[in-house]
Amino acid sequence: MSMMGDAISHAVLPGLAVAFLVTGSRASVPMFLGAAVVGVLTALFTEWVRGLGKVDEGASMGVVFTSLFALGLLLVVQAADHVDLDPGCVLYGAIELTPLDTVTLAGREVPRVVVMLGVVFLLNLTCVLVLYKELQISSFDPALATTLGINARGLHFLLMTLVAVTAVASFETVGNILVVAMLVVPAATAFLLTRRLSVLLVLAVGFGVGSAVVGHVAALAVPAAFGYASTNTAGMMALTSGVGLLVVMVVTLLRRGQPLRD
Amino acid sequence: MLTLSPPPPAATPTRRPVLAPLGAEHSPEAALSIHDMTVAYHRKPVLWDVDLDVPPGSLVGIVGPNGAGKSTLIKAVLDLIPRVSGRVLVFGKPYRQQRHRVAYVPQRESVDWDFPVSALEVVAMGLYGRIGWFRPVTRRHREIALHALERVGIADLAHRQISQLSGGQQQRTFLARALVQEADLYLMDEPFAAVDAATEKAIVRLLQDLRAAGRTALVVHHDLQTVAEYFDRVVLLNLRVVASGLTETVFTRENLQKTYGGRLTLMTEAAEALARETPAP
Ligand SMILES: Nc1ncnc2c1ncn2[C@@H]1O[C@H](COP(=O)(O)OP(=O)(O)OP(=O)(O)O)[C@@H](O)[C@H]1O
Ligand SMILES: [Mg+2]
Repeated sequence: MSMMGDAISHAVLPGLAVAFLVTGSRASVPMFLGAAVVGVLTALFTEWVRGLGKVDEGASMGVVFTSLFALGLLLVVQAADHVDLDPGCVLYGAIELTPLDTVTLAGREVPRVVVMLGVVFLLNLTCVLVLYKELQISSFDPALATTLGINARGLHFLLMTLVAVTAVASFETVGNILVVAMLVVPAATAFLLTRRLSVLLVLAVGFGVGSAVVGHVAALAVPAAFGYASTNTAGMMALTSGVGLLVVMVVTLLRRGQPLRD
Repeated sequence: MLTLSPPPPAATPTRRPVLAPLGAEHSPEAALSIHDMTVAYHRKPVLWDVDLDVPPGSLVGIVGPNGAGKSTLIKAVLDLIPRVSGRVLVFGKPYRQQRHRVAYVPQRESVDWDFPVSALEVVAMGLYGRIGWFRPVTRRHREIALHALERVGIADLAHRQISQLSGGQQQRTFLARALVQEADLYLMDEPFAAVDAATEKAIVRLLQDLRAAGRTALVVHHDLQTVAEYFDRVVLLNLRVVASGLTETVFTRENLQKTYGGRLTLMTEAAEALARETPAP
């Protein structure tokens, strides 16, 4: 599952590039559409390669997302020749520049991405709350879900679409690296601490927010302490989440003699 | 205790005499009726022309070597894999209209054991169909689930994460989940795999309770020694239905030979089983 998130966040790149090439702008709506389409396509291709090639899901995803990512990079480079879509920016993001691009919301100047990501956050939250038990059962036991009349396949695609939309919304701001880190690391950290899904979800969000805050402070403080001018905030946040995972792992190891994992 | 309410009138078993003549069970009220079903994976058929009628209120063992298509048969009935041809009726109607009357106990390998859910939560999943979309699981649902776990004897493990249960306990959890579905037809894929004698006995008792309440169960079973003891009827399967019907009529040396072919160890096992069933010559 975490692998799928990783795969999708890479695979949306061609969706973005195509949306960009077609519309010639970085407007949000076509970008989201491109992402949603590619999200579903990735899930479809993965199933298809798995069925046809008779390989397991991990390998099949590996094939699909590296191909799509490569295609995406080609398209971005192509697009970059025409306008200002920066390949480097796609990887690292430009979180430091977000306050410069604002919209007016209820009479106040708000960074555009804050509004966009806020909307995506609410969308995700609503889906997880409303479809909690449906998503749970179709991830755990898709066969049972299907026999109960719950469309596990449809929910899988919905989930993949949400991941794709979220990845796209975050891309421009924080870059691919942090998107992948945030998709996987906080959840993995929480998984070390609990075996209850609801607790896990809350913990994972907590770890995500925690690493963002600590990473931000660290990006300001650490390079300065070593005499460097600045660093990449997104990179520092990703690093922080990784360090968090390591700390939790060591602590659980020391506490139990071995990790909780079985 | 989980109470098994009697099934709706349409499913009421007509008590048949123990030695009903063969072919007399073709009634429109069969709990499960499969006609001419062929199933293929990637165009390669693994089940051919399956014809099967299961009268309500019976315990049916499905027997056959590894790869015979036993799991495939169950999945095809449940629409989990497409059928190439054939017709499946559950209590006289297509499965799609009868979902809520059918419960499935999958072979153990089919779920993600690392998933963060407890035994109780897994059992509660059996109620999701009845709870309906978007509605949360309530305390009442959790009570029903807990009763079912009590019934299979592992209520004390309700809050364990499922990967931390033993094989037998995981199997009991699955059975409890099937119980809360309050189905009329149970399809169980190897519920006796990897369980100890006590668990096996508990499962048998459960099956007998289900039958006493007029429910029907199809059970994939590997231990030929116990087939005659546990099941009223058997289906001998190996790509095709080799034979099906009342255990005492169908579970014969000849049919077993046809089903298992030249597999020697299995044949010895079968021979032993038969020696115990039929009086020595
Ligand atoms: N997903 C699949 N894709 C391709 N072939 C499959 C698939 N699942 C099963 N098969 C093949 O179909 C045949 C029947 O498999 P099935 O799982 O129904 O056997 P089974 O009787 O349940 O065996 P076992 O006793 O080992 O559980 C086998 O030859 C198997 O290799
Ligand atoms: Mg099987």
